[in-house]
Amino acid sequence: MAIEVRIPTILRTYTEGSKSVDGSGTTLSEVIEHLDSNHPGIKDRLVEAKDGDLDLRRFINVYVNDEDVRFTGGLDTSVSDGDQVVVLPAVAGG
Amino acid sequence: MRFDSLLDTVGGTPLVGLPRLSPSPEVRLWAKLEDLNPTGSVKDRPALRMLEEAEKDGSLRPGCTILEPTSGNTGISLAMAAKLRGYRIVCVMPENTSTERRQLLSMWGAEIIASPAAGGSNEAVRVAKQLAEEHPDWVMLYQYGNPANALSHYEGTGPEILADLPTITHFVAGLGTTGTLMGAGRFFRERKPDVRIVAAEPRYGELVYGLRNLDEGFVPELYDESLVDTRFSVGPRDAVRRTRELLEHEGIFAGISTGAILHAALGQATNAVKAGEPADIAFVVCDGGWKYLSTGAYEGSVDEAEERLEGQLWA
Repeated sequence: MAIEVRIPTILRTYTEGSKSVDGSGTTLSEVIEHLDSNHPGIKDRLVEAKDGDLDLRRFINVYVNDEDVRFTGGLDTSVSDGDQVVVLPAVAGG
Repeated sequence: MRFDSLLDTVGGTPLVGLPRLSPSPEVRLWAKLEDLNPTGSVKDRPALRMLEEAEKDGSLRPGCTILEPTSGNTGISLAMAAKLRGYRIVCVMPENTSTERRQLLSMWGAEIIASPAAGGSNEAVRVAKQLAEEHPDWVMLYQYGNPANALSHYEGTGPEILADLPTITHFVAGLGTTGTLMGAGRFFRERKPDVRIVAAEPRYGELVYGLRNLDEGFVPELYDESLVDTRFSVGPRDAVRRTRELLEHEGIFAGISTGAILHAALGQATNAVKAGEPADIAFVVCDGGWKYLSTGAYEGSVDEAEERLEGQLWA
């Protein structure tokens, strides 16, 4: 079983229009690296350098099994086969 | 109970136990019934507080026009308060919101400017900011960045829950403007820091995330990540399922966003049971289901309801 990575509309230009692609890795960082090797350029849209370290961009939210990774270790969040990774732009509610 | 006017009745809502949905006598769920506020939603608290603070600091004076981007509830609350205090109000609302919300806004006298469905509330915020520039005399209370929004929960919702439930272990609320979580979250951090603050964020259909570019993304100015312990994204399927369970097992007829919050609350309950720890989990019932009947979420199968909610701003 692979990791399912769900791609928001705005980033599907990188995935040839696919809503969902297979991911691989044991951490979110590794999943993003793997994603970028199959879909070059997508990594730059998800992460940026902050204080010398890579971090998620401000308007990008990533959820592993529906939980926001900013509260589970960020890019170091562990991921395993069968997990679902959802990438979404931050939008307003209320 | 006697009050001088409707505005005096905001807050002081009941906290109700859920004996059937709670997994055990040691792990209990408690619903804060914010639908019992005057216009039927939790937004009466921040709306009234923002209006009062603006009157106090002199930015809102007799004859003023209030402007607000809103997906519905905040606008409805503001419109009620504005009517009683004699202000004109203009609400910018995404066109993919339920017809009941538009009808209620009109009933309370608000003028509605529709913003495009694609982009959801982001677009409403953008349009409202543009209008504010064109009409510098209008007063935008701006729920996403107004500290009075969070303050209403810091001084109201949080203390009320702690008084009723001193053994509280978890506070679960919806994440929209972030006002409820920021206000109650800060209150618990100060008064009972071991309370876990849990955010439930609605996950809409793709249309709502249809930004033209990522720089149009939006994080409310009020949001402070350090006041939250965990955050869940809940889709329409789970939200509808839980909304129906709440009615089926506990008799509470709530709006769809409450289903999303209950879903996150039940997740915390399951964790507590697994860990063998007692828990008192309080969550917010944001509003009743009345305003969402036309969405189709309350009839037919969960599959059908999920399909009908696609593209709608259901929270």
